[in-house]
Amino acid sequence: MAQAATAPSTRNYLQELLPRLVLAPSFAAVIIFVYGFILFTGYLSFTDSKMLPSFGWVGLENYSKLWALPHWWRALGNLGIFGSLYIVICSVLGLGLAILLDQKIRAEGVLRPIYLYPMALSFIVTGTAWKWFLDPGIGLEHTMHQWGWESFSFTWIKDRNFAIYTVVIAAVWQSSGFVMAMFLAGLRGVDNEIIKAAQMDGASNITIYRRIIIPMMRPVFLSAFVVLAHLAIKAYDLVIALTGGGPGQATELPATFMYSYTFTRNSMGIGAASATIMLIMIASIIVPYLYSELRTGRRS
Amino acid sequence: MSAPSPEIAVKTRSLTRILIYAALIVFAVYYLLPLYVMLVNSLKPLDEIRQGDMLSLPQQFTLDPWFSAWSTAQIGVQPTGLKPYFLNSILMVVPAVAASTLLGALNGYVLTKWRFPGDNLVFTLMLLSCFIPFQIVLIPMAKVLGLLNLAGTTWGLALVHAVYGIGFTTLFFRNYYEAFPTELVRAAMIDGASFFQIFRRILLPSSGPIIVVTVIWQFTNIWNDFLFGVSFADVNSLPMTVALNNLVSSSTGVKEYNVHFAGAILAALPTLIVYVVSGRYFVRGLMAGAVKG
Amino acid sequence: MPFLEIRNLEKKFGNVDVLKGIDLAIEEGGFLVLVGPSGCGKSTLLNTIAGLETITKGEIHINGRKVNDLHPSERDIAMVFQSYALYPNMTVAQNIAFGMEIKGVPKPERDKAVNDVSETLQIKHLLDRKPSQLSGGQRQRVAMGRALVRRPLVFLFDEPLSNLDAKLRVDMRTEIKRLHQSMKTTIVYVTHDQIEAMTLASRIAVLKDGILQQFGTPAEIYNHPANMFVADFMGSPAMNLIPVSVERSGQSVRLSMPQRSGDPLTLALPDSAGKIAGHAGGNVIFGIRPEALTDPDGADRGSAGVVLSECQIEVVEPAGSDTFAVTHLGGKQVVARLRADARVAAGSRMKLAFNLDKAVFFDPGTQLRIA
Repeated sequence: MAQAATAPSTRNYLQELLPRLVLAPSFAAVIIFVYGFILFTGYLSFTDSKMLPSFGWVGLENYSKLWALPHWWRALGNLGIFGSLYIVICSVLGLGLAILLDQKIRAEGVLRPIYLYPMALSFIVTGTAWKWFLDPGIGLEHTMHQWGWESFSFTWIKDRNFAIYTVVIAAVWQSSGFVMAMFLAGLRGVDNEIIKAAQMDGASNITIYRRIIIPMMRPVFLSAFVVLAHLAIKAYDLVIALTGGGPGQATELPATFMYSYTFTRNSMGIGAASATIMLIMIASIIVPYLYSELRTGRRS
Repeated sequence: MSAPSPEIAVKTRSLTRILIYAALIVFAVYYLLPLYVMLVNSLKPLDEIRQGDMLSLPQQFTLDPWFSAWSTAQIGVQPTGLKPYFLNSILMVVPAVAASTLLGALNGYVLTKWRFPGDNLVFTLMLLSCFIPFQIVLIPMAKVLGLLNLAGTTWGLALVHAVYGIGFTTLFFRNYYEAFPTELVRAAMIDGASFFQIFRRILLPSSGPIIVVTVIWQFTNIWNDFLFGVSFADVNSLPMTVALNNLVSSSTGVKEYNVHFAGAILAALPTLIVYVVSGRYFVRGLMAGAVKG
Repeated sequence: MPFLEIRNLEKKFGNVDVLKGIDLAIEEGGFLVLVGPSGCGKSTLLNTIAGLETITKGEIHINGRKVNDLHPSERDIAMVFQSYALYPNMTVAQNIAFGMEIKGVPKPERDKAVNDVSETLQIKHLLDRKPSQLSGGQRQRVAMGRALVRRPLVFLFDEPLSNLDAKLRVDMRTEIKRLHQSMKTTIVYVTHDQIEAMTLASRIAVLKDGILQQFGTPAEIYNHPANMFVADFMGSPAMNLIPVSVERSGQSVRLSMPQRSGDPLTLALPDSAGKIAGHAGGNVIFGIRPEALTDPDGADRGSAGVVLSECQIEVVEPAGSDTFAVTHLGGKQVVARLRADARVAAGSRMKLAFNLDKAVFFDPGTQLRIA
């Protein structure tokens, strides 16, 4: 009788534990491969690691070296230019296209996929395409010369002062369609009755967009900002494929800086320090955003 | 006579519409242009590219650049073409997508239907892991792959992608199963179904859309990855993207633009096909990845 | 010995007490309705009986067996859910047979059971359809079929009618009652609808904030509510709860309540209301149901406690079968239920008949019934 009473409860106990057992491997993987590795890299940034990880504690030396490097400042400056232009242009273009597409366009079903397909491509492919298209020797400039516009000159990709803008061009090409899709979803989500009420109040279409609809897109602006900022900080592949960081260091970004210091310049300590700073930059954008998203999500 | 006559109003309206269409078409051209440039120039002999312009259609149509890119072009030191690397990418993508999708589905199931104290913390940690810059894990990951004897192998790359995909796949399935009626799970419990029976018989049959979204998302991201490939693969296990970059940026010999373009299209083809076939799900995945919670 | 017994049941979610010491028991074949406002804990209580929620303290017995630690599938219960919870990927027949399939019942036996149940519920023609192809009422029947086919000791219903439109709800209510009468299985039924509770139950348990307010037959609950909450919650329109002062004049006891204008209204209590005499000089809450407050011709002639008094009528609401008249007493809106053809106009004064035999009294402090 006693056995009969305990048997089901043992079974229940296992049943209760099973879900956690199923989740455990994934959770362990995330804890080790994400958070453990973050701690490891964070730790390395305080050590004298060169070509291989080493554990001689050097305190903040790597950070002070890092902030003394013109190369790092160059990478940060480039990230500032690239990031702000990328975010602003993608948002403006995305919103503009979304509004235009929202005018009951007949060919929307054809146009929307055309605007969005670059998002399916690898940055390496995008970089290759734009690298040769912007190359003065065979690309746009060459084509214009062939067409008889001899004075046309577009050599940004070879120009130290302008190369970073070509990264913006290619990156905007890749991502703006996606931002358009986000805004379009936002526009379609606006309550029709609000628009009808505004029309009854005699507002013109432009006023309705300017005063009512665009202000309602605030959450979309925020999401777009977070997604784009996060992509900008991580940007690596595109620069490698498009310019390789050059000419000189003209298009170095923190991501390319980190890679070259860690793996080709044998300064793993400094590389780890720069990776840690990248993590802090992303976290300072993502964490507050997710915090507010999850909080409002729970409220509603 | 301050108000425009209906006739004028109609005219201005149709004028605006023409302008709107014109703007939309101009942008369509902007987005299509690089693809067009890659395509037409991949079908020209090299001389025609150098002498002609990039926008014109091929005068002398040739498929040679495609064959060269696929099977004979010099990648690094080997004249193998992209073919072996294309296979590498497939061998890397398939297990990584399968493993991360399955784990994501199970995690989402547990996190919504078998809640336990602390489950929100577990989910939050998984969610945050989606957004880390992967630079932060490169050094220890290289070391761990070495310890596991997986350094420089396709399996190693697949493992890396599976692990860093779990965050997103869990997010996708959790949000999907959150909306799945818990009463169905309870009904199945009363019917005596076990943990796995409920998953397989009740949830999975209704998970088609989210599985498609997750598989497409994971496939696209892993196929297009460059950073892990360039960091962890050796000469024989390079994925497609890294091989393409090696092909394009190799400094030796003549720059065969037409071969580069053909190779770029080859690298883009799988994801482009997925996009064309199931664009709707692709967009849904992008949105789900962008708008969390 | 009771068939289903719940002893001192407690349930906490974190630090929140959802159920605070519930004691309930029902005989075999009984129909227990758990009723209360949303958030009162009635669904949680049902889920603990089903085994879908663990309990913090207490015991649950079904047919003499303690089921606290048993898995839901081992408790010999069946449940009909609010959303019906039909498996969307299975046909109606597969839905009904799923439990047996899991248990490994052979196919011919399953088919026969499905066949029998679908005949009882008249859903034979639906067996090959998917739930998405069914109407609300049909889904309801299938959900009941899935429960019936298990031949359980106890049926659990979680607000099964709340997703149906008003007319269908009444039909299904009758059907559930008919099924219960023919099968005589014990039922526990959760609802927030006090009319469903009254019409279906053999016993009603009224809950609020996780505390059992009253447990009794429908008549007990309706006529002798244990406290002001139960009085207010059960019955529609709700019982009038009027603050009054109790006055003694000589041998008789009077209730006095201010009106909006003029002198306070006073009602002399018949001898039968003697219990209230002890409260003379104090205040009590005077509870009277709308049907005990009528036009003089509609009053219960058999009752000795009918007292007439003139009131100011503020609003008149004809409802077809009755006419409701609203007046104002003791600072409260008071509803009287008149015959449909009673002649009354808003803004006029008319005599109302108070049936004080039906009156109940509550302590304004503790809110408990005192008489």
